[in-house]
Amino acid sequence: MTPTEYEYLRKFLRDHSGLDLSADKQYLIESRLLPLARKAGLSGIGELVQKLQGAGASALVTSVVEAMTTNETFFFRDKVPFDHFRDTIMPEIIKARAGRRSVRIWCAAGSTGQEPYSLAMSLKEMGAALTGWRVEIIATDLSQEVLEKAKAGIYSQFEVQRGLPIQMLMKYFKQTGETWQINPELRAMIQHRQLNLLHDFAQLGTFDVIFCRNVLIYFDQDTKINIFNRLARQVEGDGFLVLGAAETVVGLTDTFKPLPERRGLYKPNDPRTAAAKPALAGAAPRVAVMAGR
Amino acid sequence: MKTCLVVDDSSVVRKIARRILEGLEFEVTEAEDGSKALEVCQRQLPDAVLLDWNMPVMDGFEFMGHMRRLPGGDQPKVVFCTTENNVAHIAQALSGGANEYIMKPFDKDIIADKFAEVGLIPVGQAMV
Repeated sequence: MTPTEYEYLRKFLRDHSGLDLSADKQYLIESRLLPLARKAGLSGIGELVQKLQGAGASALVTSVVEAMTTNETFFFRDKVPFDHFRDTIMPEIIKARAGRRSVRIWCAAGSTGQEPYSLAMSLKEMGAALTGWRVEIIATDLSQEVLEKAKAGIYSQFEVQRGLPIQMLMKYFKQTGETWQINPELRAMIQHRQLNLLHDFAQLGTFDVIFCRNVLIYFDQDTKINIFNRLARQVEGDGFLVLGAAETVVGLTDTFKPLPERRGLYKPNDPRTAAAKPALAGAAPRVAVMAGR
Repeated sequence: MKTCLVVDDSSVVRKIARRILEGLEFEVTEAEDGSKALEVCQRQLPDAVLLDWNMPVMDGFEFMGHMRRLPGGDQPKVVFCTTENNVAHIAQALSGGANEYIMKPFDKDIIADKFAEVGLIPVGQAMV
């Protein structure tokens, strides 16, 4: 890939998805787009860039954006956040919401479903503690293709062996030939919706827990700040925000504060006003309309 | 250094598994069937067994039963690694004392995930 091609793709992705690649992400582009180029019968990245600039490329534009914004994901990814969910977040919520007996959870980068289904399995494993509770998990993602997969809950043999203990596979999945489908009972726990984080998401309502992992790393600083500030308005004053291992709010916003000794776990900084606070500074997000929709 | 016994009648599979496990800092020994594996275990029990199911002389399931009855034989973590990929086999393995189960084909990520799952390696290492 030539520097010109790389710069073109950087700008292209910024304009179409808000994805902000740093100057050294050539490997990421190659690993995601080379297979796509080959599938489209193109010789490589160079020809792909040419095609993107030509007329009638809208289907290709969508594929490129989806390929670049889809994260590798697997069940119970990184494990630690799910331990926090079981050992810190849910015990606190079960106590705090004992009156209304309901919990709302948002997976803001739900991707192909492994994360929301991992949360659903964790909740199931809590058993009697949640009997009679109304549990709502909303999984959103930018990509329609990815959402369809999440909704179906069908995974390859390879996918169900990443991060998923064998007992959980046996308990919560049904084997159909070479694939495994998550049980209807767990599928029914999750609502899947298409959503671009750069757009307004106030209509989703407020949540007790927001998982927003490994998606903000792709955005530039101003966009991150803007998203954090808007997330703060969607989380209950005593709720939780869970970020990816390589992500933090520190130095970006004071709307959330990290929990000591709970890596990746944050709480709204001012519980009395968090859910009602207007956005702080934060520049308007970059243009983020998905092409071809 | 933790030890892992790789039991598989395919020398190619043993070689691939050895390379992966050595990368995860295991000391690896190999056996080509359940009977040879049992001899190894009678001398010294490993920390982990990566175990094929279908093998000549003695299959993996029968081996596991014998090994579990050795003094201290409840200690090693047994991770099946087999082309038997149906629910009936998995359920049989788990009720017979297996700790985890890998359906072939496998790669480094799957082995690392499964070994982390049963506490043989730290979780962080599985993400490398």
